[in-house]
Amino acid sequence: MNPILLALIFFAVLGGVLGFLLALFDKKMKVQEDPRIKEVTELLPGANCGGCGYAGCGGLACAIVEGKAPITKCAAVSDENCNKIAAIMGIEAGNRQKMRALVLCSGAKSCSVQKYDYIGINDCVAAAKLHGGSRLCPNGCIGLGTCIRSCKFDAISVKDGVAVVNPRKCIGCGACVVSCPKHLIKLIPASAKYWVACNSPDKGVVVREYCDAGCIACGLCRRNCPNDAIIKQGFLEEIDYSKCVNCGICAEKCPRGVIRSKNGKPRVNPTLKKEENNEKI
Amino acid sequence: MTITELLLLCFSAILAENFIFVKFMGVCPFLGVSGRIDTALSMGMAVTFVMTVASAATCSVYNFVLVPFELEYLETIAFIIIIASLVQLIEMFMKKAFPPLYKALGIYLPLITTNCAVLGVALLNVQNEYNMLQSVMYGFFAALGFTFALFVFAGVRQRLELASPPKSFEGVPLSLVAAGLIAMAFSGFQGINLGGSGFFPFSLS
Repeated sequence: MNPILLALIFFAVLGGVLGFLLALFDKKMKVQEDPRIKEVTELLPGANCGGCGYAGCGGLACAIVEGKAPITKCAAVSDENCNKIAAIMGIEAGNRQKMRALVLCSGAKSCSVQKYDYIGINDCVAAAKLHGGSRLCPNGCIGLGTCIRSCKFDAISVKDGVAVVNPRKCIGCGACVVSCPKHLIKLIPASAKYWVACNSPDKGVVVREYCDAGCIACGLCRRNCPNDAIIKQGFLEEIDYSKCVNCGICAEKCPRGVIRSKNGKPRVNPTLKKEENNEKI
Repeated sequence: MTITELLLLCFSAILAENFIFVKFMGVCPFLGVSGRIDTALSMGMAVTFVMTVASAATCSVYNFVLVPFELEYLETIAFIIIIASLVQLIEMFMKKAFPPLYKALGIYLPLITTNCAVLGVALLNVQNEYNMLQSVMYGFFAALGFTFALFVFAGVRQRLELASPPKSFEGVPLSLVAAGLIAMAFSGFQGINLGGSGFFPFSLS
């Protein structure tokens, strides 16, 4: 037989048989799946950041459809898509507050005291196991970037030993909050302009020894706040964002530049001498 | 075909003829999914499954259809079609019959439909003139070798994650260097003379 014809027949038969089998399997092996899962998955951002605690966007979509997770669980989804998901599920989306992550430490290498030089695995969790990291302050940022690796949106960088979140890139998924061994990262409302960039509940005297940029709970911000939005927690001031009106008085009054603003650069405090502290140790 | 020969075939498929480190096939998933040990193992499982089934299918098509009709020159394109639709069929079947297995292998199954390692094992079976049993064994153990390579490399990469190399070496460059070093180590298995005889058939030449 003509070899060209034979080859043609062979592929026609092969293609036909396989195509038939595929069609048959598609009919016979159809699995009944909630069509909403697919729709919701398509509306979710698809970054698979894991900030919601589920295995990727598909996992969250399953949980939403099964009613195990609230629609607002995903921080990255746009309002428009969130409303669409709500429409698919037939429920109200409710109020969703956009959040963003912040690192509650401003103790740059130049203004904080180190206990020792860390030479080891380049990871905060590992460093935290060696006497809580190289920084003298037990609550400070270790700065080895475990949060950077957890961030799927490339929003975190380490500047002068302290992790910094880029507010333009952060979508508030909260993956970094979980990753930080020092629990330094917090979510605040995206509209908030001011925050206390310190997480040390130690007394003022102790904080002064650690770091030039730590909160000493002097209370100047608290007393000057027109809305009583600042609360003292231990020896640390905290802003209550339900009351804060973003007036900025606290940031002006803070003598140590701990209250930072969205666009403001960290203030380096000239009054304290880090060099002296280092010699003491 | 004795048991010893079959064992030799299996052994060499895993180590001396390791698909990734010696034959350089399937390097794409090797670099792609070796970031974490658990994904590497899932991928390995999927590849093992597909390669074993694909060896059996392609071997029978080759011997019972292509050879009688003297169409051996069409093996490559025929194998591609067979493997691609076979994986689709298996995927649909698994989704229905074994949902937990389907979940475990997940996205890895469709990923390897057009993998060169899977096509490679089918073509090698033909090239080496293996019979049905040998083909299936070769496919299975070559895939085990693939899984082994992926597992070893995932372990290495997890350690590299935490290292602090020079900036220009971070990520892929360092991975490639590490892969090269492992490949060199595997080339040591080439020195083993697989033609030995007796109770312990491997002798160092």
